Amino acid sequence: MKLTGSSIIIECLKKEGIEYIFGYPGGAVIPLFHSLYIAPFKFILSRHEQGAIHAADGYARASGKPGVVIATSGPGGTNLVTGIATAYMDSIPIVIITGQVSSDMIGNDAFQEADITGITRPITKHNYLVQDINDLSVIIKEAFYISSSGRPGPVLVDIPVDIFKSKASFNYPEKIDIRGYKPVYMGHPIQIKKACELIASSKKPVIYAGGGIIISNASNELRSFIKKTNIPITTTLLGLGAFPETDPLSLEMLGMHGTYYANHAVHDSDLLIAIGARFDDRVTGIISKFIPNAKVIHIDIDPASVSKNVNVDVPIVGDCKNVLCELNKQITKPIIDVWLAKINDMKKKHPLTFENNTNKIKPQYVISKIYELTKGDAIICTEVGQNQMWAAQFYKYSKPRSFISSGGLGTMGYGFPASIGVQLARPDKRVFDIAGDGSIQMNIQELIVAVEHKLPIIIAIINNGCLGMVRQWQQLFYDKRYSHTCFNSSPDFIKLAEAYGAIGIKIDYKKDVETAIKKALQIHDKPIVLDFHVEKEENVYPMVPAGKSFLDTIMRELA
Amino acid sequence: MRHVISVKVGNRAGVLARVAGLFSARGYNIDSLAVSATEHEDTSIMTIVVKGDDKIIEQVKKQLNKLIDIIKITDHSILPSIQRELAIIKTNALSSKKSEIIHLSELFNAEMIDITNKTITLALMGDPEKLDKFIELLTPYTIRELIRTGRVSILKG
Repeated sequence: MKLTGSSIIIECLKKEGIEYIFGYPGGAVIPLFHSLYIAPFKFILSRHEQGAIHAADGYARASGKPGVVIATSGPGGTNLVTGIATAYMDSIPIVIITGQVSSDMIGNDAFQEADITGITRPITKHNYLVQDINDLSVIIKEAFYISSSGRPGPVLVDIPVDIFKSKASFNYPEKIDIRGYKPVYMGHPIQIKKACELIASSKKPVIYAGGGIIISNASNELRSFIKKTNIPITTTLLGLGAFPETDPLSLEMLGMHGTYYANHAVHDSDLLIAIGARFDDRVTGIISKFIPNAKVIHIDIDPASVSKNVNVDVPIVGDCKNVLCELNKQITKPIIDVWLAKINDMKKKHPLTFENNTNKIKPQYVISKIYELTKGDAIICTEVGQNQMWAAQFYKYSKPRSFISSGGLGTMGYGFPASIGVQLARPDKRVFDIAGDGSIQMNIQELIVAVEHKLPIIIAIINNGCLGMVRQWQQLFYDKRYSHTCFNSSPDFIKLAEAYGAIGIKIDYKKDVETAIKKALQIHDKPIVLDFHVEKEENVYPMVPAGKSFLDTIMRELA
Repeated sequence: MRHVISVKVGNRAGVLARVAGLFSARGYNIDSLAVSATEHEDTSIMTIVVKGDDKIIEQVKKQLNKLIDIIKITDHSILPSIQRELAIIKTNALSSKKSEIIHLSELFNAEMIDITNKTITLALMGDPEKLDKFIELLTPYTIRELIRTGRVSILKG
């Protein structure tokens, strides 16, 4: 029996076990939406395509399953671009289906035509323009396979409107073989042996774990590895939750706004064990001064990440989970008591702190209270900027997939739509979006989606009336010239929440912070906007200035 | 150092754009690029000449490998290989100089493909270094137009 292109897509999505689809209709995808109407998926209608793709991204990060997005041709596709780049930078599996003008019109500057495969080529793991209905099911299968395997990433399939309407017989391949794509999952035994030898003889080792641990579900294997070796661990922003930050061996986050002890331990180490991390410039600071005395073991599934920024002594290409499993079988404990004592000393002398003896609301105080009142069990989404860094520093993460943030691209406006996908994936968890008053305005239109689906997301706006992170840089490095970073006017977020049918609570005083969070936690059927009016000039510390080394860290406000 | 990288690709729409885009996005400069048919209808070979130190070349190869349509990458500059290129050169040829130019082209086994009162057009196939030499020797006669195909390369044996 022959099916239309639209029906073939529906059948493919059923075979992939898809539950949620995020998207927005339009002219070129009407035939597909015609079939979606009677399909068994839960369709989440965003209010802007960017909202749809961030929600799919949040869903993927929280569930470990690929997100699915459908949008129309032209502006539908171009509105996805920021979300696609966000997912690409952080290796998030998303399959994006876009409509395209009909095959005979392509290249004619037709209405709502954009070359979306051309536009997204550098920000997708792979993309397709379907030219023959007979290729459609194989392409969809390949898209899911490529998106979810190896180092995951977004894959876009662009489908001309006539393909949705033409017919072909449906065969969904069980297995596929792509000649040029063979991800390596198992680490090379010789490399693993070399790594074990280096570790056993090290005196000052540190583990530096990234988002790869979360993606490959290697958190348990990492915990065993640390239990066996007693090696202290720091994580990247995207690695938060890979290992409990409450554990004495955790140094918490490293990098530009990392802890003093994480950065100094890495700097002083004689062996850095990088697992599922890629030596981003926000982690390393100036490369030449990053790890002057350390050898490097680098475990990563992407060979192109190895030795890209830092020379690696023992590269191990493979899936973090498999490689850690193998390491755990052979590893012997290094003798590092002196090193651990030194690190503990640093932790005692230079803890993460903030000034708490004021009546004004400190942003860090808000995050600490959210941590305390949720007992560390919430899923925290963030926007980008100061809010993101405070959320990373002052909430202590213990479980993988509990911190959801745009790391690589640093996309303002990501957190809130992402939290919608997160809450759908994890209805059992309380989900927060830690926002700034700048970021939240970038995708505020999605509030109605959370209201419509009765999602009790708590949006904690750290409202300082400015674009705080850029303001901080202007204060520290640009002569305090606050060029266009302080808002002259802001919306009333409480009225705004109410206009959408959400709850809004304004908090002006420190004494009301706890009550407001408690009140929000009692609401279970609609989103809550907590508008915390915090001290405007609070900065994020410690801070390693861009292009400097860990030794140049600014620890606190200079008088 | 100059590297000759032979890239076997699946014949799919957009593959050339993917490879070219990768080079431009990462700031690698391509010296020459030749896309050629192969013995298999569904694959092509791109012979890419790129300059850079070992670290850059290693990264170029790894990034190319990540492209789904790329089947295999071989660095011909570190293996015994045979390389060929075609150049077509239109040079000024005053009557007094014509015989010199013709003599030179015979010496190099170049093919004379056009001749007018004022110009001679020559085609020369050979290894790229031979082409360089020929062009150098023709330069005093004033080259009007020069076009090279970019090199293609095959492994020995």
